[in-house]
Amino acid sequence: MSAVNHSPSADAILACEGLSKHFGGIRAFTDVAFQARRGEVTAVIGDNGAGKSTLIRCLVGVHVPDAGDIFFDGRVHPFANPDEARKAGIETVHQNLALIDELTVAQNLFLNREIVRRIGPLALLDRKAMKQQARAMLSRLSINMPSVSQRVRRLSGGQRQAISICRAAGSGAKLVVMDEPTAALGVQETANVEALIRRLREQAVSIILVSHNFDQVRRLSDQIWVMRAGRMVATVRASETTGNELVALVTGAA
Amino acid sequence: MSAPAENASSREAGAAEESPPSLAALLLDPSFWADWASVVGLIGLVIVFGIAQPVFLSVANLQALLLAAAILVVLSIGQTFVVATAGIDLSLAAAVMLGAIILGLVDAAGYGIFLACVLAVAATSAVGFLNGVLITAGRIPDFVVTLGTLSGVTGLGLILSGGEPIMVGSTFLLRLASGSFGPFGYPVWVAISAVLVAHIALYHTRFGVHLLATGGQVESASALGIHTNRVKIAAYTISGFCAGIAALLLVARIGSAEPQINTSLLLNSVAAVVLGGVSLFGGRASILGPAIGALMLTALVNGLTLLSVSAFYQPLAVGAIVVLAALIMRYKK
Repeated sequence: MSAVNHSPSADAILACEGLSKHFGGIRAFTDVAFQARRGEVTAVIGDNGAGKSTLIRCLVGVHVPDAGDIFFDGRVHPFANPDEARKAGIETVHQNLALIDELTVAQNLFLNREIVRRIGPLALLDRKAMKQQARAMLSRLSINMPSVSQRVRRLSGGQRQAISICRAAGSGAKLVVMDEPTAALGVQETANVEALIRRLREQAVSIILVSHNFDQVRRLSDQIWVMRAGRMVATVRASETTGNELVALVTGAA
Repeated sequence: MSAPAENASSREAGAAEESPPSLAALLLDPSFWADWASVVGLIGLVIVFGIAQPVFLSVANLQALLLAAAILVVLSIGQTFVVATAGIDLSLAAAVMLGAIILGLVDAAGYGIFLACVLAVAATSAVGFLNGVLITAGRIPDFVVTLGTLSGVTGLGLILSGGEPIMVGSTFLLRLASGSFGPFGYPVWVAISAVLVAHIALYHTRFGVHLLATGGQVESASALGIHTNRVKIAAYTISGFCAGIAALLLVARIGSAEPQINTSLLLNSVAAVVLGGVSLFGGRASILGPAIGALMLTALVNGLTLLSVSAFYQPLAVGAIVVLAALIMRYKK
Protein backbone atom coordinates (compact mmCIF):
# COMPACT_ATOMS: atom_id res chain seq x y z
CA MET A 1 0.00 0.00 0.00
CA SER A 2 1.51 3.26 -1.12
CA ALA A 3 0.61 6.78 -0.18
CA VAL A 4 -0.94 9.02 -2.80
CA ASN A 5 1.66 11.61 -3.63
CA HIS A 6 3.05 11.81 -7.10
CA SER A 7 2.90 14.02 -10.16
CA PRO A 8 1.32 12.78 -13.37
CA SER A 9 3.85 10.63 -15.15
CA ALA A 10 4.39 10.60 -18.87
CA ASP A 11 2.60 7.31 -19.31
CA ALA A 12 -0.63 8.67 -17.79
CA ILE A 13 -3.44 9.10 -20.31
CA LEU A 14 -5.68 10.87 -17.81
CA ALA A 15 -4.63 12.39 -14.50
CA CYS A 16 -5.76 14.98 -12.03
CA GLU A 17 -4.19 16.92 -9.18
CA GLY A 18 -5.72 18.76 -6.26
CA LEU A 19 -9.17 18.20 -7.67
CA SER A 20 -12.11 19.31 -5.51
CA LYS A 21 -15.84 19.46 -6.09
CA HIS A 22 -18.51 20.77 -3.79
CA PHE A 23 -22.24 20.97 -4.35
CA GLY A 24 -23.37 23.88 -2.21
CA GLY A 25 -22.26 22.96 1.28
CA ILE A 26 -21.85 19.29 0.46
CA ARG A 27 -18.34 18.14 -0.27
CA ALA A 28 -18.23 15.51 -2.99
CA PHE A 29 -14.43 15.12 -2.83
CA THR A 30 -11.43 17.21 -1.86
CA ASP A 31 -7.86 17.47 -3.11
CA VAL A 32 -7.91 14.30 -5.18
CA ALA A 33 -4.90 13.13 -7.18
CA PHE A 34 -5.45 10.30 -9.61
CA GLN A 35 -3.98 8.89 -12.77
CA ALA A 36 -4.85 6.26 -15.33
CA ARG A 37 -1.96 4.77 -17.29
CA ARG A 38 -2.02 4.29 -21.01
CA GLY A 39 -3.14 0.81 -22.06
CA GLU A 40 -4.10 -0.24 -18.53
CA VAL A 41 -7.36 -0.91 -16.78
CA THR A 42 -7.54 1.53 -13.88
CA ALA A 43 -10.17 0.87 -11.26
CA VAL A 44 -11.72 3.35 -8.83
CA ILE A 45 -13.39 1.74 -5.85
CA GLY A 46 -15.04 3.06 -2.73
CA ASP A 47 -18.16 2.84 -0.66
CA ASN A 48 -21.44 4.48 -1.66
CA GLY A 49 -21.02 8.23 -1.39
CA ALA A 50 -17.22 8.06 -1.37
CA GLY A 51 -17.21 10.40 -4.35
CA LYS A 52 -16.12 8.09 -7.14
CA SER A 53 -19.00 8.73 -9.52
CA THR A 54 -18.68 12.50 -9.06
CA LEU A 55 -14.93 12.26 -9.63
CA ILE A 56 -15.52 10.37 -12.87
CA ARG A 57 -18.14 12.88 -13.95
CA CYS A 58 -15.63 15.70 -13.39
CA LEU A 59 -13.00 13.84 -15.38
CA VAL A 60 -15.29 13.39 -18.39
CA GLY A 61 -16.70 16.92 -18.35
CA VAL A 62 -20.17 16.36 -16.90
CA HIS A 63 -19.27 18.48 -13.87
CA VAL A 64 -16.72 21.27 -13.78
CA PRO A 65 -14.42 20.90 -10.73
CA ASP A 66 -14.12 23.76 -8.24
CA ALA A 67 -10.36 23.46 -7.98
CA GLY A 68 -7.50 21.44 -9.37
CA ASP A 69 -6.12 20.43 -12.76
CA ILE A 70 -7.08 17.66 -15.15
CA PHE A 71 -4.49 16.36 -17.59
CA PHE A 72 -5.58 14.38 -20.62
CA ASP A 73 -3.09 12.97 -23.07
CA GLY A 74 -0.33 15.24 -21.83
CA ARG A 75 -2.27 18.49 -21.92
CA VAL A 76 -3.98 20.50 -19.21
CA HIS A 77 -7.45 20.02 -20.48
CA PRO A 78 -10.53 20.55 -18.39
CA PHE A 79 -13.59 19.76 -20.48
CA ALA A 80 -16.49 22.16 -20.32
CA ASN A 81 -18.96 19.46 -21.31
CA PRO A 82 -19.11 15.74 -22.23
CA ASP A 83 -19.13 16.62 -25.93
CA GLU A 84 -15.66 18.17 -25.67
CA ALA A 85 -14.40 15.17 -23.74
CA ARG A 86 -15.79 12.88 -26.42
CA LYS A 87 -14.13 14.87 -29.17
CA ALA A 88 -10.83 14.71 -27.29
CA GLY A 89 -11.12 10.91 -27.18
CA ILE A 90 -12.86 9.98 -23.91
CA GLU A 91 -15.92 7.78 -24.35
CA THR A 92 -18.17 7.06 -21.39
CA VAL A 93 -20.30 3.96 -20.99
CA HIS A 94 -23.18 5.23 -18.91
CA GLN A 95 -24.65 3.35 -16.01
CA ASN A 96 -28.11 3.57 -17.56
CA LEU A 97 -26.67 2.20 -20.81
CA ALA A 98 -27.83 5.11 -22.98
CA LEU A 99 -29.13 3.00 -25.83
CA ILE A 100 -32.25 3.84 -27.82
CA ASP A 101 -34.63 0.87 -27.57
CA GLU A 102 -36.53 1.51 -30.78
CA LEU A 103 -33.44 1.85 -32.95
CA THR A 104 -31.50 -1.07 -34.38
CA VAL A 105 -28.12 -2.30 -33.19
CA ALA A 106 -26.41 -0.66 -36.18
CA GLN A 107 -28.29 2.62 -35.68
CA ASN A 108 -27.29 2.68 -32.03
CA LEU A 109 -23.64 1.97 -32.81
CA PHE A 110 -23.56 4.89 -35.24
CA LEU A 111 -25.88 7.25 -33.39
CA ASN A 112 -24.74 10.84 -33.85
CA ARG A 113 -21.82 9.76 -36.00
CA GLU A 114 -23.80 8.35 -38.89
CA ILE A 115 -22.09 7.65 -42.19
CA VAL A 116 -23.61 9.71 -45.00
CA ARG A 117 -23.02 9.94 -48.69
CA ARG A 118 -23.54 13.23 -50.44
CA ILE A 119 -25.72 13.50 -53.49
CA GLY A 120 -25.55 17.12 -54.50
CA PRO A 121 -26.91 19.14 -51.57
CA LEU A 122 -28.39 16.04 -49.93
CA ALA A 123 -26.63 13.99 -47.29
CA LEU A 124 -28.26 10.60 -47.21
CA LEU A 125 -27.51 7.84 -44.73
CA ASP A 126 -25.29 5.07 -46.04
CA ARG A 127 -27.13 2.31 -44.22
CA LYS A 128 -25.31 -0.48 -45.99
CA ALA A 129 -21.91 0.84 -44.96
CA MET A 130 -23.10 1.33 -41.38
CA LYS A 131 -24.42 -2.22 -41.18
CA GLN A 132 -21.19 -3.62 -42.58
CA GLN A 133 -19.03 -1.60 -40.22
CA ALA A 134 -21.31 -2.45 -37.30
CA ARG A 135 -20.77 -6.14 -38.01
CA ALA A 136 -17.03 -5.55 -38.18
CA MET A 137 -17.04 -3.60 -34.90
CA LEU A 138 -18.96 -6.36 -33.14
CA SER A 139 -16.82 -9.19 -34.49
CA ARG A 140 -13.59 -7.36 -33.60
CA LEU A 141 -14.69 -7.64 -29.97
CA SER A 142 -16.14 -11.15 -30.52
CA ILE A 143 -19.63 -9.93 -29.66
CA ASN A 144 -22.19 -12.38 -30.92
CA MET A 145 -25.22 -10.57 -32.29
CA PRO A 146 -27.83 -12.36 -34.42
CA SER A 147 -28.48 -9.35 -36.62
CA VAL A 148 -27.37 -5.72 -36.60
CA SER A 149 -30.80 -4.82 -37.98
CA GLN A 150 -32.46 -6.00 -34.77
CA ARG A 151 -34.06 -3.47 -32.47
CA VAL A 152 -32.18 -3.03 -29.20
CA ARG A 153 -35.42 -3.44 -27.24
CA ARG A 154 -35.31 -7.19 -27.79
CA LEU A 155 -31.80 -7.66 -26.42
CA SER A 156 -30.76 -8.82 -22.95
CA GLY A 157 -29.03 -6.56 -20.46
CA GLY A 158 -25.66 -8.15 -21.22
CA GLN A 159 -26.06 -7.73 -24.95
CA ARG A 160 -27.07 -4.10 -24.47
CA GLN A 161 -24.05 -3.45 -22.28
CA ALA A 162 -21.87 -5.10 -24.92
CA ILE A 163 -23.26 -2.72 -27.55
CA SER A 164 -22.67 0.29 -25.30
CA ILE A 165 -19.06 -0.77 -24.78
CA CYS A 166 -18.63 -1.57 -28.46
CA ARG A 167 -19.90 1.87 -29.39
CA ALA A 168 -17.52 3.53 -26.95
CA ALA A 169 -14.55 1.51 -28.18
CA GLY A 170 -15.55 1.69 -31.83
CA SER A 171 -15.19 5.43 -32.10
CA GLY A 172 -11.40 5.19 -31.87
CA ALA A 173 -11.52 6.42 -28.28
CA LYS A 174 -8.22 6.75 -26.44
CA LEU A 175 -9.91 6.13 -23.12
CA VAL A 176 -13.14 4.32 -22.26
CA VAL A 177 -14.74 5.14 -18.91
CA MET A 178 -17.18 2.60 -17.48
CA ASP A 179 -19.33 3.32 -14.46
CA GLU A 180 -20.47 0.05 -12.86
CA PRO A 181 -20.65 -1.81 -16.19
CA THR A 182 -22.01 -5.01 -14.66
CA ALA A 183 -24.20 -3.56 -11.90
CA ALA A 184 -27.49 -4.77 -13.36
CA LEU A 185 -26.29 -8.03 -14.92
CA GLY A 186 -26.58 -11.69 -14.03
CA VAL A 187 -23.61 -13.97 -13.36
CA GLN A 188 -23.19 -15.23 -16.91
CA GLU A 189 -23.71 -11.82 -18.44
CA THR A 190 -21.22 -10.30 -16.03
CA ALA A 191 -18.65 -12.89 -17.14
CA ASN A 192 -19.32 -11.97 -20.76
CA VAL A 193 -18.88 -8.25 -20.16
CA GLU A 194 -15.69 -8.93 -18.19
CA ALA A 195 -14.34 -10.95 -21.11
CA LEU A 196 -15.21 -8.04 -23.36
CA ILE A 197 -13.30 -5.60 -21.14
CA ARG A 198 -10.26 -7.91 -21.29
CA ARG A 199 -10.44 -8.01 -25.08
CA LEU A 200 -10.57 -4.20 -25.15
CA ARG A 201 -7.48 -4.06 -22.97
CA GLU A 202 -5.69 -6.52 -25.27
CA GLN A 203 -6.39 -4.05 -28.06
CA ALA A 204 -4.48 -1.40 -26.07
CA VAL A 205 -7.53 0.69 -25.16
CA SER A 206 -7.10 2.50 -21.85
CA ILE A 207 -9.98 1.91 -19.47
CA ILE A 208 -11.22 3.48 -16.26
CA LEU A 209 -13.55 1.19 -14.37
CA VAL A 210 -15.75 2.23 -11.45
CA SER A 211 -16.98 -0.73 -9.49
CA HIS A 212 -18.31 -1.97 -6.18
CA ASN A 213 -17.21 -5.48 -6.85
CA PHE A 214 -13.73 -6.01 -5.37
CA ASP A 215 -13.25 -9.43 -6.91
CA GLN A 216 -14.12 -8.08 -10.32
CA VAL A 217 -11.75 -5.17 -9.86
CA ARG A 218 -8.91 -7.52 -8.92
CA ARG A 219 -9.66 -9.77 -11.90
CA LEU A 220 -9.83 -6.98 -14.46
CA SER A 221 -7.65 -4.09 -13.47
CA ASP A 222 -3.95 -3.27 -13.34
CA GLN A 223 -4.08 -0.42 -10.86
CA ILE A 224 -6.68 0.19 -8.16
CA TRP A 225 -7.47 3.56 -6.61
CA VAL A 226 -9.43 3.70 -3.38
CA MET A 227 -11.71 6.57 -2.34
CA ARG A 228 -13.14 7.06 1.11
CA ALA A 229 -15.32 9.92 2.33
CA GLY A 230 -14.36 12.26 -0.49
CA ARG A 231 -10.62 11.60 -0.46
CA MET A 232 -8.32 9.42 -2.50
CA VAL A 233 -6.80 7.33 0.26
CA ALA A 234 -4.71 4.72 -1.49
CA THR A 235 -3.55 3.21 -4.73
CA VAL A 236 -2.30 -0.33 -5.19
CA ARG A 237 -1.30 -2.66 -8.00
CA ALA A 238 -4.08 -5.21 -8.47
CA SER A 239 -1.55 -8.04 -8.62
CA GLU A 240 -0.10 -7.08 -5.22
CA THR A 241 -3.26 -6.77 -3.20
CA THR A 242 -5.85 -9.03 -1.62
CA GLY A 243 -9.59 -8.76 -1.27
CA ASN A 244 -9.18 -8.25 2.47
CA GLU A 245 -6.76 -5.41 1.98
CA LEU A 246 -9.21 -3.68 -0.40
CA VAL A 247 -12.03 -4.06 2.09
CA ALA A 248 -9.82 -2.59 4.79
CA LEU A 249 -8.87 0.35 2.57
CA VAL A 250 -12.43 1.08 1.54
CA THR A 251 -13.84 0.91 5.06
CA GLY A 252 -10.88 2.62 6.72
CA ALA A 253 -10.15 -0.32 8.99
CA ALA A 254 -6.51 -0.52 7.93
CA MET B 1 -20.82 -12.33 -26.37
CA SER B 2 -23.18 -15.11 -25.36
CA ALA B 3 -22.13 -18.22 -23.53
CA PRO B 4 -21.65 -21.29 -25.74
CA ALA B 5 -24.96 -22.74 -24.60
CA GLU B 6 -26.74 -19.58 -25.65
CA ASN B 7 -24.91 -19.32 -28.94
CA ALA B 8 -26.89 -22.01 -30.66
CA SER B 9 -30.23 -20.57 -29.71
CA SER B 10 -29.24 -17.03 -30.59
CA ARG B 11 -28.01 -18.23 -33.98
CA GLU B 12 -31.32 -19.92 -34.55
CA ALA B 13 -33.06 -16.72 -33.60
CA GLY B 14 -30.78 -14.93 -36.02
CA ALA B 15 -31.67 -17.34 -38.80
CA ALA B 16 -35.37 -16.83 -38.11
CA GLU B 17 -34.77 -13.10 -38.22
CA GLU B 18 -33.26 -13.28 -41.71
CA SER B 19 -35.77 -15.62 -43.37
CA PRO B 20 -39.32 -14.32 -43.82
CA PRO B 21 -41.77 -15.85 -41.34
CA SER B 22 -44.57 -18.05 -42.63
CA LEU B 23 -47.89 -16.46 -43.56
CA ALA B 24 -49.73 -18.20 -40.73
CA ALA B 25 -47.23 -16.97 -38.15
CA LEU B 26 -47.49 -13.49 -39.61
CA LEU B 27 -51.27 -13.46 -39.37
CA LEU B 28 -51.14 -14.56 -35.72
CA ASP B 29 -48.66 -11.85 -34.74
CA PRO B 30 -50.48 -8.82 -33.26
CA SER B 31 -47.60 -6.53 -34.18
CA PHE B 32 -48.24 -7.34 -37.84
CA TRP B 33 -51.79 -6.06 -37.45
CA ALA B 34 -50.63 -2.98 -35.57
CA ASP B 35 -47.99 -2.12 -38.16
CA TRP B 36 -50.35 -2.69 -41.06
CA ALA B 37 -53.60 -1.55 -39.44
CA SER B 38 -54.10 1.26 -41.92
CA VAL B 39 -53.45 -0.97 -44.96
CA VAL B 40 -55.66 -3.78 -43.67
CA GLY B 41 -58.35 -1.25 -42.74
CA LEU B 42 -58.18 0.43 -46.13
CA ILE B 43 -58.43 -2.87 -48.01
CA GLY B 44 -61.31 -3.94 -45.76
CA LEU B 45 -63.19 -0.70 -46.37
CA VAL B 46 -62.62 -0.87 -50.13
CA ILE B 47 -64.03 -4.42 -50.21
CA VAL B 48 -67.03 -3.64 -48.00
CA PHE B 49 -67.95 -0.36 -49.72
CA GLY B 50 -67.19 -1.84 -53.14
CA ILE B 51 -69.73 -4.59 -52.57
CA ALA B 52 -72.34 -2.43 -50.83
CA GLN B 53 -72.14 0.42 -53.33
CA PRO B 54 -70.36 -0.32 -56.64
CA VAL B 55 -70.14 3.42 -57.39
CA PHE B 56 -67.49 3.56 -54.67
CA LEU B 57 -65.04 1.79 -56.97
CA SER B 58 -65.72 4.00 -59.99
CA VAL B 59 -62.70 5.90 -61.31
CA ALA B 60 -64.45 9.22 -60.74
CA ASN B 61 -65.18 8.43 -57.11
CA LEU B 62 -61.69 7.13 -56.42
CA GLN B 63 -60.22 10.29 -57.92
CA ALA B 64 -62.53 12.41 -55.79
CA LEU B 65 -61.56 10.36 -52.75
CA LEU B 66 -57.85 10.94 -53.36
CA LEU B 67 -58.45 14.66 -53.88
CA ALA B 68 -60.38 14.85 -50.63
CA ALA B 69 -57.64 12.91 -48.82
CA ALA B 70 -54.75 15.12 -49.95
CA ILE B 71 -55.13 17.74 -47.19
CA LEU B 72 -55.38 15.14 -44.44
CA VAL B 73 -52.37 13.23 -45.82
CA VAL B 74 -50.22 16.37 -45.68
CA LEU B 75 -51.40 17.19 -42.14
CA SER B 76 -50.84 13.62 -40.95
CA ILE B 77 -47.24 13.80 -42.15
CA GLY B 78 -46.70 16.93 -40.08
CA GLN B 79 -48.34 15.31 -37.08
CA THR B 80 -46.17 12.21 -37.55
CA PHE B 81 -42.92 14.18 -37.13
CA VAL B 82 -44.20 15.63 -33.87
CA VAL B 83 -45.61 12.36 -32.53
CA ALA B 84 -42.29 10.64 -33.37
CA THR B 85 -40.65 12.91 -30.77
CA ALA B 86 -43.28 11.76 -28.23
CA GLY B 87 -45.11 15.07 -28.61
CA ILE B 88 -48.48 16.04 -30.07
CA ASP B 89 -49.47 19.09 -32.10
CA LEU B 90 -52.97 20.16 -31.11
CA SER B 91 -52.56 23.53 -32.85
CA LEU B 92 -52.35 21.93 -36.29
CA ALA B 93 -55.88 22.74 -37.47
CA ALA B 94 -55.72 26.23 -35.96
CA ALA B 95 -52.48 26.83 -37.88
CA VAL B 96 -54.25 25.74 -41.08
CA MET B 97 -56.93 28.35 -40.40
CA LEU B 98 -54.36 31.08 -39.70
CA GLY B 99 -52.48 30.18 -42.88
CA ALA B 100 -55.68 30.34 -44.91
CA ILE B 101 -56.61 33.73 -43.49
CA ILE B 102 -53.17 35.22 -44.06
CA LEU B 103 -53.29 33.88 -47.60
CA GLY B 104 -56.69 35.49 -48.11
CA LEU B 105 -55.71 38.84 -46.56
CA VAL B 106 -52.42 39.19 -48.45
CA ASP B 107 -54.13 38.22 -51.69
CA ALA B 108 -57.01 40.62 -51.06
CA ALA B 109 -54.53 43.41 -50.33
CA GLY B 110 -53.24 42.94 -53.86
CA TYR B 111 -49.75 41.66 -53.14
CA GLY B 112 -50.17 38.73 -55.50
CA ILE B 113 -51.01 35.13 -54.88
CA PHE B 114 -47.42 33.88 -54.72
CA LEU B 115 -46.42 36.21 -51.92
CA ALA B 116 -49.70 35.30 -50.21
CA CYS B 117 -48.84 31.59 -50.37
CA VAL B 118 -45.29 32.15 -49.16
CA LEU B 119 -46.42 34.29 -46.23
CA ALA B 120 -49.13 31.79 -45.30
CA VAL B 121 -46.62 28.94 -45.13
CA ALA B 122 -44.13 31.17 -43.31
CA ALA B 123 -46.77 32.06 -40.71
CA THR B 124 -47.78 28.47 -40.00
CA SER B 125 -44.12 27.41 -39.86
CA ALA B 126 -43.57 30.20 -37.36
CA VAL B 127 -46.44 28.84 -35.24
CA GLY B 128 -44.74 25.44 -35.26
CA PHE B 129 -41.37 27.00 -34.42
CA LEU B 130 -42.98 28.87 -31.53
CA ASN B 131 -44.51 25.63 -30.27
CA GLY B 132 -41.10 23.97 -30.35
CA VAL B 133 -39.34 26.82 -28.58
CA LEU B 134 -41.98 27.05 -25.83
CA ILE B 135 -41.84 23.28 -25.28
CA THR B 136 -38.05 23.00 -25.14
CA ALA B 137 -36.90 26.34 -23.72
CA GLY B 138 -39.96 26.76 -21.52
CA ARG B 139 -39.93 23.11 -20.44
CA ILE B 140 -43.72 22.96 -20.74
CA PRO B 141 -45.47 19.73 -21.79
CA ASP B 142 -46.28 19.51 -25.50
CA PHE B 143 -49.94 19.05 -24.77
CA VAL B 144 -50.23 22.28 -22.79
CA VAL B 145 -48.21 24.42 -25.19
CA THR B 146 -50.06 23.33 -28.31
CA LEU B 147 -53.40 23.63 -26.53
CA GLY B 148 -52.39 27.20 -25.74
CA THR B 149 -51.32 27.98 -29.29
CA LEU B 150 -54.50 26.29 -30.56
CA SER B 151 -56.47 28.93 -28.70
CA GLY B 152 -54.06 31.80 -29.35
CA VAL B 153 -53.77 31.14 -33.07
CA THR B 154 -57.54 30.77 -33.39
CA GLY B 155 -57.93 34.16 -31.73
CA LEU B 156 -55.33 35.71 -33.97
CA GLY B 157 -57.12 34.35 -37.03
CA LEU B 158 -60.42 35.80 -35.85
CA ILE B 159 -58.86 39.19 -35.09
CA LEU B 160 -57.09 39.40 -38.45
CA SER B 161 -60.15 38.36 -40.44
CA GLY B 162 -62.75 40.12 -38.32
CA GLY B 163 -64.56 36.80 -38.31
CA GLU B 164 -65.50 37.14 -41.95
CA PRO B 165 -64.61 34.66 -44.70
CA ILE B 166 -62.30 36.06 -47.38
CA MET B 167 -62.95 35.11 -50.99
CA VAL B 168 -59.82 34.09 -52.88
CA GLY B 169 -60.45 34.19 -56.62
CA SER B 170 -57.00 33.26 -57.78
CA THR B 171 -56.61 31.43 -61.08
CA PHE B 172 -53.42 29.85 -59.73
CA LEU B 173 -55.29 28.28 -56.83
CA LEU B 174 -58.20 27.37 -59.08
CA ARG B 175 -55.82 25.49 -61.35
CA LEU B 176 -54.15 23.86 -58.34
CA ALA B 177 -57.53 22.63 -57.14
CA SER B 178 -59.02 21.46 -60.40
CA GLY B 179 -56.11 20.70 -62.71
CA SER B 180 -54.59 17.31 -63.03
CA PHE B 181 -51.50 15.63 -64.35
CA GLY B 182 -51.82 12.03 -65.50
CA PRO B 183 -54.35 10.15 -63.42
CA PHE B 184 -54.23 12.43 -60.38
CA GLY B 185 -55.22 16.00 -59.59
CA TYR B 186 -52.48 18.42 -58.54
CA PRO B 187 -53.39 18.25 -54.82
CA VAL B 188 -52.81 14.49 -54.97
CA TRP B 189 -49.39 15.09 -56.49
CA VAL B 190 -48.64 17.58 -53.73
CA ALA B 191 -49.52 14.92 -51.17
CA ILE B 192 -47.45 12.28 -52.98
CA SER B 193 -44.43 14.62 -53.07
CA ALA B 194 -44.90 15.36 -49.37
CA VAL B 195 -44.93 11.63 -48.63
CA LEU B 196 -41.75 11.07 -50.64
CA VAL B 197 -39.82 13.97 -49.12
CA ALA B 198 -40.93 13.07 -45.58
CA HIS B 199 -40.08 9.41 -46.10
CA ILE B 200 -36.56 10.29 -47.22
CA ALA B 201 -36.15 12.73 -44.32
CA LEU B 202 -37.28 10.13 -41.79
CA TYR B 203 -35.44 7.07 -43.06
CA HIS B 204 -32.47 8.34 -45.02
CA THR B 205 -31.10 11.34 -43.15
CA ARG B 206 -29.28 11.88 -39.86
CA PHE B 207 -32.16 14.12 -38.83
CA GLY B 208 -34.57 11.19 -39.12
CA VAL B 209 -32.46 8.96 -36.88
CA HIS B 210 -31.98 11.76 -34.37
CA LEU B 211 -35.72 12.42 -34.42
CA LEU B 212 -36.51 8.81 -33.52
CA ALA B 213 -33.73 8.76 -30.92
CA THR B 214 -35.13 11.92 -29.33
CA GLY B 215 -38.60 10.41 -29.26
CA GLY B 216 -37.32 7.06 -28.00
CA GLN B 217 -35.12 8.08 -25.06
CA VAL B 218 -34.52 11.79 -24.85
CA GLU B 219 -31.95 11.55 -22.06
CA SER B 220 -29.89 8.89 -23.78
CA ALA B 221 -30.02 10.82 -27.02
CA SER B 222 -28.75 14.00 -25.42
CA ALA B 223 -26.08 12.04 -23.50
CA LEU B 224 -24.77 11.04 -26.92
CA GLY B 225 -24.54 14.65 -27.99
CA ILE B 226 -27.75 14.89 -30.03
CA HIS B 227 -29.24 18.36 -29.75
CA THR B 228 -32.65 17.06 -28.74
CA ASN B 229 -34.14 20.53 -28.29
CA ARG B 230 -33.23 21.51 -31.83
CA VAL B 231 -34.68 18.23 -33.10
CA LYS B 232 -37.97 18.91 -31.31
CA ILE B 233 -38.16 22.48 -32.59
CA ALA B 234 -37.47 21.19 -36.11
CA ALA B 235 -40.25 18.59 -35.78
CA TYR B 236 -42.79 21.24 -34.74
CA THR B 237 -41.62 23.58 -37.50
CA ILE B 238 -42.12 20.79 -40.04
CA SER B 239 -45.59 20.27 -38.61
CA GLY B 240 -46.31 23.98 -39.04
CA PHE B 241 -44.94 23.91 -42.58
CA CYS B 242 -47.28 21.02 -43.43
CA ALA B 243 -50.16 23.03 -41.96
CA GLY B 244 -49.24 25.83 -44.37
CA ILE B 245 -49.28 23.50 -47.39
CA ALA B 246 -52.62 22.15 -46.18
CA ALA B 247 -53.91 25.73 -45.91
CA LEU B 248 -53.03 26.34 -49.58
CA LEU B 249 -54.82 23.16 -50.62
CA LEU B 250 -57.82 24.02 -48.45
CA VAL B 251 -58.22 27.57 -49.79
CA ALA B 252 -57.77 26.24 -53.33
CA ARG B 253 -60.43 23.61 -52.70
CA ILE B 254 -63.13 25.82 -51.20
CA GLY B 255 -62.20 29.12 -52.90
CA SER B 256 -62.19 31.14 -49.72
CA ALA B 257 -60.41 31.49 -46.39
CA GLU B 258 -62.76 30.64 -43.55
CA PRO B 259 -62.08 31.89 -40.02
CA GLN B 260 -63.18 28.54 -38.65
CA ILE B 261 -61.25 25.65 -37.29
CA ASN B 262 -61.97 22.33 -38.85
CA THR B 263 -61.56 20.27 -35.68
CA SER B 264 -62.09 17.01 -37.54
CA LEU B 265 -58.83 17.78 -39.43
CA LEU B 266 -56.94 17.83 -36.14
CA LEU B 267 -58.58 14.73 -34.71
CA ASN B 268 -58.24 12.85 -38.00
CA SER B 269 -54.56 13.76 -38.27
CA VAL B 270 -53.94 12.15 -34.87
CA ALA B 271 -56.18 9.25 -35.84
CA ALA B 272 -54.28 8.68 -39.09
CA VAL B 273 -51.00 8.67 -37.17
CA VAL B 274 -52.33 6.07 -34.73
CA LEU B 275 -53.76 3.95 -37.56
CA GLY B 276 -50.41 4.23 -39.30
CA GLY B 277 -48.69 2.34 -36.50
CA VAL B 278 -46.79 5.35 -35.12
CA SER B 279 -46.18 5.04 -31.39
CA LEU B 280 -47.74 7.90 -29.42
CA PHE B 281 -44.89 7.39 -26.93
CA GLY B 282 -42.40 8.37 -29.63
CA GLY B 283 -39.40 6.71 -31.19
CA ARG B 284 -41.27 4.68 -33.74
CA ALA B 285 -42.71 6.11 -36.91
CA SER B 286 -43.33 5.70 -40.60
CA ILE B 287 -44.68 8.04 -43.26
CA LEU B 288 -46.50 5.57 -45.47
CA GLY B 289 -48.55 4.26 -42.51
CA PRO B 290 -50.13 7.59 -41.52
CA ALA B 291 -50.60 8.52 -45.21
CA ILE B 292 -52.57 5.33 -45.77
CA GLY B 293 -54.34 5.94 -42.45
CA ALA B 294 -55.46 9.33 -43.78
CA LEU B 295 -56.60 7.66 -46.97
CA MET B 296 -58.54 5.09 -44.97
CA LEU B 297 -60.35 7.72 -42.86
CA THR B 298 -61.29 9.63 -46.01
CA ALA B 299 -62.50 6.41 -47.64
CA LEU B 300 -64.64 5.76 -44.58
CA VAL B 301 -66.36 9.14 -44.81
CA ASN B 302 -66.68 8.84 -48.59
CA GLY B 303 -68.18 5.33 -48.39
CA LEU B 304 -70.61 6.20 -45.63
CA THR B 305 -71.77 9.21 -47.64
CA LEU B 306 -72.31 7.03 -50.71
CA LEU B 307 -74.33 4.64 -48.58
CA SER B 308 -76.45 7.64 -47.50
CA VAL B 309 -75.51 7.20 -43.88
CA SER B 310 -76.15 10.43 -41.99
CA ALA B 311 -73.05 12.59 -41.56
CA PHE B 312 -73.72 12.44 -37.83
CA TYR B 313 -72.53 8.84 -37.78
CA GLN B 314 -69.16 9.63 -39.33
CA PRO B 315 -67.36 10.90 -36.20
CA LEU B 316 -68.70 7.87 -34.35
CA ALA B 317 -67.25 5.52 -36.96
CA VAL B 318 -63.90 7.33 -36.97
CA GLY B 319 -63.74 7.19 -33.17
CA ALA B 320 -64.53 3.48 -33.07
CA ILE B 321 -61.84 2.70 -35.63
CA VAL B 322 -59.18 4.75 -33.88
CA VAL B 323 -59.88 3.15 -30.51
CA LEU B 324 -59.76 -0.26 -32.16
CA ALA B 325 -56.39 0.57 -33.73
CA ALA B 326 -55.08 1.75 -30.37
CA LEU B 327 -56.26 -1.51 -28.77
CA ILE B 328 -54.37 -3.54 -31.37
CA MET B 329 -51.27 -1.44 -30.64
CA ARG B 330 -51.57 -2.40 -26.97
CA TYR B 331 -51.24 -6.09 -27.80
CA LYS B 332 -48.06 -5.40 -29.69
CA LYS B 333 -45.94 -5.47 -26.53
